[in-house]
Formats: sequence, C-alpha cells, structure tokens
Amino acid sequence: MALVEGNTQPESASQQPYVFKVVLLGSSSVGKSSLAFRLIKNDFKDILPTLGCAFFTQMMELDGSALKLEIWDTAGQEKYHSVCHLYFRGANAAILVYDIADKDSFHRAQNWWKELENEFQPEEIVVILVGNKTDLEDSREVTLEEGKAFAESKKLLFVETSAKLNYQVTEAFIAVARELLRREEQNGGQSRQRSPPVDLKETARARKVKCCQD
Amino acid sequence: MTAPWPARSGTGLSWPHLLPLHQGHSGRQAGWRKLQALKLCLLPKPRAAEMEARGGACGGSAPAPEAPSDSARPFGVASDEEPSGGPGSQESCGPPRADEEVQGALPGPEEGAPTHLGVHELSGQTSLDKKYNRGTKDSGKPGKMSGTGDTSQRGDLPTPGPRDDEDVTAEGWRSRRKHVFVLSEAGKPIYSRYGNEEALSATMGVMMALVSFIQSGDNAIRSIYSDDRTLVFLQQGPLVLVAVSRTPQSAAQLRCELLGVHAQIVSVLTRAGVARVFERQRSYDLRRLLAGSERILDSLLDGAEREPGFLLGAVRCLPLPAPFRDSLGALLQRATAPSLAFSILAAGRHLVTAAQERAVLEDCRLDPADLHLLLNLVGASSAFRAGEVWAPVCLPRFNPDGFFYAYVSYLGDNTDYAICLVLLSTDREAFHALAGCKRIVEEGLQALGASRVLAGGGVGLPSYGVSAVGAPDLRHFLYKPFDVPDNYRQLPQFTSPEMEGPYASECERQRLFDLYYHLHGRLHSPSRPLRLIYHVAEKETLLAWVTPKFELYACFNPLVTKSGAIHAVTKLLRWVKREEDRLFIRYPPKYSTAPVRHGPNRTDSALENGL
Repeated sequence: MALVEGNTQPESASQQPYVFKVVLLGSSSVGKSSLAFRLIKNDFKDILPTLGCAFFTQMMELDGSALKLEIWDTAGQEKYHSVCHLYFRGANAAILVYDIADKDSFHRAQNWWKELENEFQPEEIVVILVGNKTDLEDSREVTLEEGKAFAESKKLLFVETSAKLNYQVTEAFIAVARELLRREEQNGGQSRQRSPPVDLKETARARKVKCCQD
Repeated sequence: MTAPWPARSGTGLSWPHLLPLHQGHSGRQAGWRKLQALKLCLLPKPRAAEMEARGGACGGSAPAPEAPSDSARPFGVASDEEPSGGPGSQESCGPPRADEEVQGALPGPEEGAPTHLGVHELSGQTSLDKKYNRGTKDSGKPGKMSGTGDTSQRGDLPTPGPRDDEDVTAEGWRSRRKHVFVLSEAGKPIYSRYGNEEALSATMGVMMALVSFIQSGDNAIRSIYSDDRTLVFLQQGPLVLVAVSRTPQSAAQLRCELLGVHAQIVSVLTRAGVARVFERQRSYDLRRLLAGSERILDSLLDGAEREPGFLLGAVRCLPLPAPFRDSLGALLQRATAPSLAFSILAAGRHLVTAAQERAVLEDCRLDPADLHLLLNLVGASSAFRAGEVWAPVCLPRFNPDGFFYAYVSYLGDNTDYAICLVLLSTDREAFHALAGCKRIVEEGLQALGASRVLAGGGVGLPSYGVSAVGAPDLRHFLYKPFDVPDNYRQLPQFTSPEMEGPYASECERQRLFDLYYHLHGRLHSPSRPLRLIYHVAEKETLLAWVTPKFELYACFNPLVTKSGAIHAVTKLLRWVKREEDRLFIRYPPKYSTAPVRHGPNRTDSALENGL
C-alpha cells in the first residue's frame, strides 16, 4: 500500500481522488490474485491460493481525474466465502473472473453474477466479466463468443485477458475505472472523498445476517 | 505381551501391535488373517517377521486410553502416552535416575526389539550407525532425496500440479521417507503428502479397514512396527491420520506430527466446522473445503523436517539486541485497536517479538504449536507479498472451535527484509482498524531504522554461527531454556546456530536432525526417560541433556573426548547466559485494549465469530 501511494501521489492536489471499491470474484485458481499482481507489480508468478482476502490499493489517472481503486482480492475457496461477503457490500465494481480453459469456472462466474444481482441494483455496481488465461488457448473450453454472449445478455463489460502474458489486464481495470467515472459524473461525484472505509450502516446489517458457512 | 496369534509360516510378515490390549484375542484369528492379507498392501516391502515388543514394556501405561485431552498437548513434545514424559515434570515425578546414563547401560526391555532402533550407547556405534548409514545410502536413491529436493523446490516455486502427478505405484513413491495420509471416517481420502489422494483411495480404504476392524473390538489401533517402517494411526474426531515413516522418529514423535497436521486442518476450518460437515454428511469430501490447503500441510510437514521448533515445542527467536527488541515491543503496544488479541512480528519462521492482550494472557498464553501453525499458514499463503491479507484463522490450542481474524501484512520494502506483521482480532469487521495499526508499526519501524538492523545477516536475517560460542569442538546445538522470567506465561523458545560446515548439505542436515530426533525420543521415552545421553555416532558425538533449567542437544566433532565435550558444554551454557537477552524474548510485551463490543476472551471468540 505504501508502495502504491509512493509512486503515484495524487498529483492534482486541488482534487481529491475518487475512491472506488472493486472486488475480484470467481472460483479458485482462475487467476484473480494474478490479475491483481499483474496490475500492481506488473509481474507474474505462480502463487498459492489466497488466504481469506487480500486488500490492495492502486492509484490511477484517467482522463485527468485521479482514481484510487481499493481492490479486494477474494479467495475462490468455498470456506472463505462468508468472510468475503463482508467486503462485497458497498463495492462499486466487481470483476468476475473465470478460466477460459475451465468450463466449470465459467458457470461459477455466472453464479457469482446471480449473487451480485441479489445484493445490488444494476445501477449500483459496475460488473466486468473477465475470461482469464488466454495463454491456454489450446485447452480452451469457453469460447470467446460464449463469454461475450453472457456478458451482453446481462449488460456486463467483457474482456479476455492473460495475467501470465500481460494481455489486456490493465485494459480490463481501465475499462472498469472508465465506466465508474462515467457513472460518477452522472451522479455528481458522491465517491469523491478521502477514505470511505467500512460503511457503518452496512456493518450493522452484517451483524444480523448470519453466515454459517465454513 | 507376545502375539497370541500365530504367524503364517514363511510369509515373513510383521504384525501390528495394538495398544491398549485389554481384550482377549482368542477367536480373532480369522480376523487377523484378513488383516495379514491387508497388510501386504500396506507395507510396501514386508521384511522378516518381528513382533514389536515395545508395548509390553510400557505396559504400565498401556491401557491409557487415547484421552481427548491428548490433543491438547503441544505437538513438539513427544509425551503422548508416557506418565512422566514432560521435561518439566521429570525431576518431580520421574523415577529416580542417575544423572548420567552410563554408556553401555543395559538396554531397557523396550529396546530389545530389533525393529526399533535397538541402541544402547556402548554399541551405539554399530547398531545405530548401521541404521543411519542405511539412511544415507538410501539418500542416493531417487526416492528419498527427491522428497526433500521436491519440497525445497516447492518452497521456492509453488507450482500447482506436480505435487499430484507422482505415480503412487512407483518405487520412488514407496521409498519416500515419510508418508502422511488423512482420511475421513468413511474412508474418503483427504490428503496425502505425496501423490494424488484420489489414486490412493484403495490404500486409504485398507487403512480405514484396519482402523475400524480394531474399533469393532472396542479397541484402537495406535501403531504398527515393521522392520524398517513405523506406522502410526491417530483418530481425531471424524478424521483419521496415518503416518508411514522410515525415519528414526519414535511413534510418539510421529503422533505429535500427526496432531500437528490435524491442528493445521483445524486452523483453517475449526474443529467444530469439521465436525459439522461430517455430521451433515458422513461421506462428505473434505477436500472441497480444504482446497488449496494441501500445500499448507505440505509446508508444515517440510517444516517439521527442517525446523527443530516442531520437535522441541518451542519457537525460534530472531537474535536481536535487547533494546531494539524492546522498542519493537513498545511499538506493538502502541499500535493497538479494540478487539486486538495478539500482535506478532515475524521474519519467516523466526519470531521477532509478540505482544498479547492482558486479558487474553490471563486466559491463555500463545502456544508455540499455534504460533507454528499460524506462521506456516501465513508463510505458505503469502508468496504474494503485496497487499494486506484478512482471513479467519483458528488457533487450535487456544480455542479449537473459534476463529480469530488475522490481519497479515509484510512491512517495508520486502527486498530488504521480509518482516511480517500478524495481528489477531476477535472482530471480523476490524480490518480497517488493524490496517491503521499497521501504519503505526510501519512508521515506527522506519523511525527505528529497522531495515538497517534487520538486514544485518545474509538472507536479510541476523543469525549467528556456532563459532560465536568459541568452543571449537562444538558443531551445532539446540538450546531450549526453561528458566525464563515470567515463565508460565512465556512462549517456549529455543535457539540454535545456522547449519554450517559438515551440515551445510541437505542430506547431512537431515542426518543430524535424525540424530536429534532419536535423542529427543530417548530423553522423552515413555517407558524410560533419560536426563543425559552421551552418544558416540560414526561422524559426530552428541550430547543430550535435560535439566529443570534447560534442554540441550549438542553436536561435537567425532574425536571429542568426554571431558572435552563437557568443557564445551560449560562454555556454551556460559555463552547462552551472556547472550540470553539477545537470543530470547525475555519480557514479552503486553497491552490492554478497552473491551469494546467483543471482550476478547475464550468463549467469545468461539461461536460469535464462527463463520
């Protein structure tokens, strides 16, 4: 975090950055952490499954506006879902990741979409569907068209990426950021605040919702 | 206690030995024949028939049932079934013994069995070393060393896949030094250290058959000894754990390791969580929940082979100047938030300092076994050292049924030094509060010039070589003090120098560890614990010594004389005394957090926070 703030100070001091909360969702080992790692460190390595969730911040500048993305990288593993749900609330954007070489992960991504649909109004959240691992073209199980068709039917953004080959990763995040900015301008800049950590009302609600999964 | 059942002539099979044996065995012979057939599959290479008579020797404690409190023992301490095994309890309730066991003392009855390392110190040269020689020779075989080779590789580059690719029918798989299996009561494979669990379902089925067959007679299988392998069975709730080992570890030590594996599973899912899924569905495939945790278990087992902390039930501290450590402690005391229970600064598996909430401390101190599990979990999951991790973690010794919420973040530029901050909270919404604590710690570290102090050593860790002691005959040692101030609340700690010189290579290091394991097993033997062992091995001479003040394992060059060794030990003890402020955390910091909402206490952290 220090690192990110170190290299991109909000240049326009007159203007506080927009702060957006972005969650990475998807089944395990589709490459959520790798996407985040590529974005933040511009590197790729084999990494172990995420424990719980990991939090990163990334500063961005887009069309003259400063943005701060607070990225929640969630574990794909079932056992951590309840903890991740906590951080899913209040999200401005969701990145639904699937592995193009794993049909099952595509179905899971669709299920994640349904969960989001239950929690959010369509205008509340920007959702992008990301088919990761285009480097595994040979063992592809989900075609580009299938992904696109699902995204279009639900009005989601869509992109195929490869965190390994650094193909369209930054583009995916920029697409999200651009859409967030566009909506923000329509709504008149509510997100422009220094740091909106936990929404206390949400916290109160979280108490009541008992998550009994493991 | 000899086997009441006859060995089938000419099969050359070994027999399982069962504890406790309080049931008659007549009329079971048909069953045993079946077992015999099963064992063929279990033991890859049946050797000459040998009935392990060891259980007979510990007859006094034999019927001791596998009490549930069993699981509450630190798994580094091999005192599973012995009445007076704990080093602390020895002088009070142990049988009267000479301070030094004279070389060539008659072997205890338990050592009569040739299957077990039948060592008596006088002839130690021959019998023990033959055994170890075989070990080293074996190391040339692809099977054995590929194990360790594999793991180090895995440590550096955890690639998914290869771990499961191993052919479980191959000789290489069979000749692994140690196998660990976890299965459910329904016989479903959950984890295998090597090879794919799926491919092993038949073998695991056999294991479960063994377990349930013995169970049907109101008994519990504990271990099987064959010529060169020890099989240990452990049942923990709905899980069955099995170790098949060619190492010189005693069954008690293996059992502790299995308890450790179980505890690591619990640390991810909680005991209640595991019980719940199996209550719902007996045939549940726990791998679904454990997905991704296999590598955490792998790294735990690797750690047990290379970190003496597991054996000693203690934590290794990073040697640091006392004032610097104190200021780090003060920093942790300053960076608190409501609901914070533990703050830990660690470098790899070395503890830098740890602070604990006062109220929590009243309740329970942080257990070294829990800390091992935690650091293993953190280490195994944070190959990706950017960002801040927030995850539910259970500390089984503290409370096996509840979660803490762990905030994990690496501090500083991790190319300099990889120091990791772990904060445990009872509040699952506390992420942002703890992120605030981290910022305080980070700023404090900068102000202290931590990177300069911590980056002193080679790999970014200040460590020391054995030459620092100034005893030329001494090659390596493990020292665990008992006389720390505030002892009952202290985290057990130990210190040891870097592995250098003759032990720099992986295979020699392994050999030294095997010797330590062996000596530890003898010191803490269930039937005849010892206080002092002077052991002349082929390539080195070792001394193991436990007193009310410390436990010490020292390794000397092979030509050392007894008086030379004693001289070196005296020197070592003096050196440790002089350096203890640097080597150990003498006064662990404490803090109080205002009891807001969740008063951090044992019961509270249980279900309230359960996912």
